[in-house]
Amino acid sequence: MLTEVLVRKDSYHDSVLLMRLSRELETKAGVVEAVVAMATPHNRDLLAARGFARPTLASAGPNDLVIALRLDGTTVAEAETVIDALLEGRPAAATAESQPVSLGAALALCPEINLVLISLPGEHAGREARRALAQDRHVMLFSDNVSVEEEVALKTLAHERGLLMMGPDCGTAIINGKPLAFANVVRRGKIGIVGAAGTGIQEISSCIHRLGGGVSQAIGTGGRDLSAAVGALTTLTGIQALGADPDTAVLVVVSKPPAAKVAAKVVAAVRATGKPAVVHFVGAPPHTRQRSQNVVFATSLAGAAKTACRLSGLRRRGRTPGFGHVLATRVARALGSEARLVGLFCGGTTGAEALALLTGAGIAVHSNLHKDGPLAIGAGAHVDGHLLLDLGDDELTRGRPHPMIEPELRNDRLVGDLEAPRPTLLLFDLVLGYGAHPDPAGVLARGLAAARARNPALVAVASVTGTDEDPQSFTSQRRRLLEAGVLVMPDNRTAADFVAAVLCRTTARRKASRPRKKASPAPATRAARQRGRR
Amino acid sequence: MTRAAELFGQPLAVLNLGLTSFADTLRQCGTRVVQVDWRPAAGGDREAMAALDALVGADGKARPEIANANQEAIRRLGAAKPVLEGIGVALEDIPGMRSDLVLHSGPPVPWELMSGPTRGAIMGALVYEGLAKSPEDAARLAQSGAVELAPCHHHQTVGPMAGVVTASMPVLKVRNVAFGNLAFATLNEGLGKVLRYGAYDDTVLERLRWMQRSLAPALGAALQAHGPLDLQALIAQALQMGDEGHNRNRAATSLVIRALAPHLVEGKTAPAEVGRVLRFLDANDHFFLNLSMAAAKAALDPTLGIPHSTLISAMARNGTEFGLRVSGLGERWFCAPAPMVDGLYLPGFSAADAAPDIGDSVITETYGIGGFAMAAAPAIVQFVGGRAADALRYTERMYAITMAEHAAYKIPALDFRGSPMGIDLLKVVDTGIVPVVNTGIAHKTPGIGMVGAGLVKPPLQCFVQALVAFAAEEQRGRR
Repeated sequence: MLTEVLVRKDSYHDSVLLMRLSRELETKAGVVEAVVAMATPHNRDLLAARGFARPTLASAGPNDLVIALRLDGTTVAEAETVIDALLEGRPAAATAESQPVSLGAALALCPEINLVLISLPGEHAGREARRALAQDRHVMLFSDNVSVEEEVALKTLAHERGLLMMGPDCGTAIINGKPLAFANVVRRGKIGIVGAAGTGIQEISSCIHRLGGGVSQAIGTGGRDLSAAVGALTTLTGIQALGADPDTAVLVVVSKPPAAKVAAKVVAAVRATGKPAVVHFVGAPPHTRQRSQNVVFATSLAGAAKTACRLSGLRRRGRTPGFGHVLATRVARALGSEARLVGLFCGGTTGAEALALLTGAGIAVHSNLHKDGPLAIGAGAHVDGHLLLDLGDDELTRGRPHPMIEPELRNDRLVGDLEAPRPTLLLFDLVLGYGAHPDPAGVLARGLAAARARNPALVAVASVTGTDEDPQSFTSQRRRLLEAGVLVMPDNRTAADFVAAVLCRTTARRKASRPRKKASPAPATRAARQRGRR
Repeated sequence: MTRAAELFGQPLAVLNLGLTSFADTLRQCGTRVVQVDWRPAAGGDREAMAALDALVGADGKARPEIANANQEAIRRLGAAKPVLEGIGVALEDIPGMRSDLVLHSGPPVPWELMSGPTRGAIMGALVYEGLAKSPEDAARLAQSGAVELAPCHHHQTVGPMAGVVTASMPVLKVRNVAFGNLAFATLNEGLGKVLRYGAYDDTVLERLRWMQRSLAPALGAALQAHGPLDLQALIAQALQMGDEGHNRNRAATSLVIRALAPHLVEGKTAPAEVGRVLRFLDANDHFFLNLSMAAAKAALDPTLGIPHSTLISAMARNGTEFGLRVSGLGERWFCAPAPMVDGLYLPGFSAADAAPDIGDSVITETYGIGGFAMAAAPAIVQFVGGRAADALRYTERMYAITMAEHAAYKIPALDFRGSPMGIDLLKVVDTGIVPVVNTGIAHKTPGIGMVGAGLVKPPLQCFVQALVAFAAEEQRGRR
């Protein structure tokens, strides 16, 4: 222990500054006690009482600075360096720009606010949303964990007031060309989208952009909007708004298959707009997809985008690339009859679309996206057969970021699920845009390299949801995947079709095809083949 | 239904509650975004949130009877006009004062639970009054129940730190001339080892005797010659000069000296004693604190007891508990354990020496000065983060929990905006923002005195309790 008393003659400093300095000094390693003060008689007495009595102290006056130190593990010179730094420069405290502290205060401050974006914890989100609606603001509610009862109450209030209540659990919207939460950078145009499916909106709007079309508005509704309980309240408001919007020429409505009564209401509302429209219920059986008047039913997200572009008057530019059947045959041969599919999806809707296409092709796939039935599994379950996981499942994301934000989650699964080396066909989606990870392809490439090191018999297939205007850039992400030896398909539908085609060419298909019901594998494969040839 | 379609024709302006990355994205895309510095209402307390929602609609408007009552409460607070009328004696002037009564700061607290500084001050005061022979004797007396202990607030009085007032002490008489009511406070003893910080040795008692014998009569005579001192005008001027009326009173103290000095010199007091009085005032930057506290008490008292009003009419601490009173709930106190002060320490002291938050001086914040006017006092921001911008932010924050802006107390650095005045219980609970309070720090051991100063956050808990009680009361009234 070293005790030292230094006096700096005629060095006046404000007492409050010195109090602060003493406190900061005592937080430094090796400083046991530090008093930096002006040598007033009172302070001299205090210091003496604390064992700092020295001749230098006794002769110091009120204009002299006293530095009294008790050090253990640091030197006086080091302590003085700290003191000088503190005396000279003020620490730059992080002083954030002052922000309003409540919704009410913010609206009073900026009355021009017309939309409130809420991503608070679910238990508080509903209350704030209700306040925003009561003060005539549109709401996008990103938060989940909001009860159905609360959702119905909020949407009823919004409906009465003619306001948009996007969500709860609404991850994507594009309003007036501005991306809200997770959204891709797409050209503005004539196609208006209403979607109860976040990555569905992302895939459709990205495909529209890549086809040369543009989006007027993309209205998210939250995944439960078309349930019987909620009754499509937001979807209907959205359809009506887009119907009245002079800048929207074509409507697209996308959702998981709704309750039958709700579907009829939605289709009727679309019809009532009189505008050409595309409706896509992801994974709905074919008989529910009858064309009626101005409404066309699409069979895939990419298909919905293509039809919407055509309806908006866009001339087809060249051929839509498909997959090569020669390639499918070669992959099937390379993998052999023991091949197993592992699909790891970040997007719920892209995953659901892939699952529906595979199921339609007669391939039995275990998935946490199945609501019930023998193939429904928990997200954490390990199965031997074909597997497709929605990694955004609440069970997997509780307490950690969504895999669109942190795709490392997929790498963990990628390595974990492939412990037994077995010929494996991997299927991925990559979702770009605002909100998503800055380099999902780079992360996936790393994971693949690790997986290949343990199991060389891997074939990876992927598609990228995004545009070249996205912060990550569609083209460079694709290139990165190609460099990593991934077979990159033009869109999510084609990727799933390709995988189905491969599996149908392996004997594995025969083993797995038992649970199929209506759709026979052969026509589906033919359909896939036809699409591929176009 | 056209509202949604209308949105498509307007420039998008977004309010973001939650993930700041969403706001960043929108800003990058050239969208107007306001980020809310959000915190859960009532600290996330479900019962309080339900109570709040019963009183305030989703449109942010309070029930009409509450709004009307608050309008009346804030009218009274704004109309207050405190003046220093004279110097009196506690026993003669304070209503209900007796020679065996000891007043202390904060809400009621029994001797057993009293903090070190309060006990020290009571011991000192009992010796000073001749009721006890020694501090030990005084402690026994206080414990025995032979003397009564009561809050200053119950006797139209306020006291800084321990806030101890006994019968023979001289007191400031402050009248709110708009409503006629009086408020009282003792004369400030200065810094260091003083009774209000729980010090009770001979020097402390000797100073108190001199104040009674010499200072009070001299000041009283000078004041009489000068006429009542307009405290609102003094506070307004001091805010222009770098004071905030609680932890910095250098300007206001100087203004008082300037006003009274000629009358002191012209009076009957011997020149040497006048010199001593002036030197005493000059050496004590906080002389004005007791005046600003009594002014605040005088201004706030007429707001207590307006049915349906959610104005906070008083806040006070006794070193054990922090307490507050709500206008519509009358004289009831809502209390929670007194917090520790986050501050800086005098040379040789540290947080380990500190007593919990103590004193009636938080009445200044209740009135809309003190911490609420910190933007006016950049010199003291060293206590609270070190940058002038911090002081501005503290004051700006308080507008979110207050009902109005004071017409006379203007803050230069905020373009002469009125100081945030009239704390609304509903707004505190709704925003989760508690009043910002500047304060001194007492040593936890009786007899030592002041060890530092800083900033204290009142416990949200007592505001939440008060709100739940208020909502219950309103509901009873409606039935």
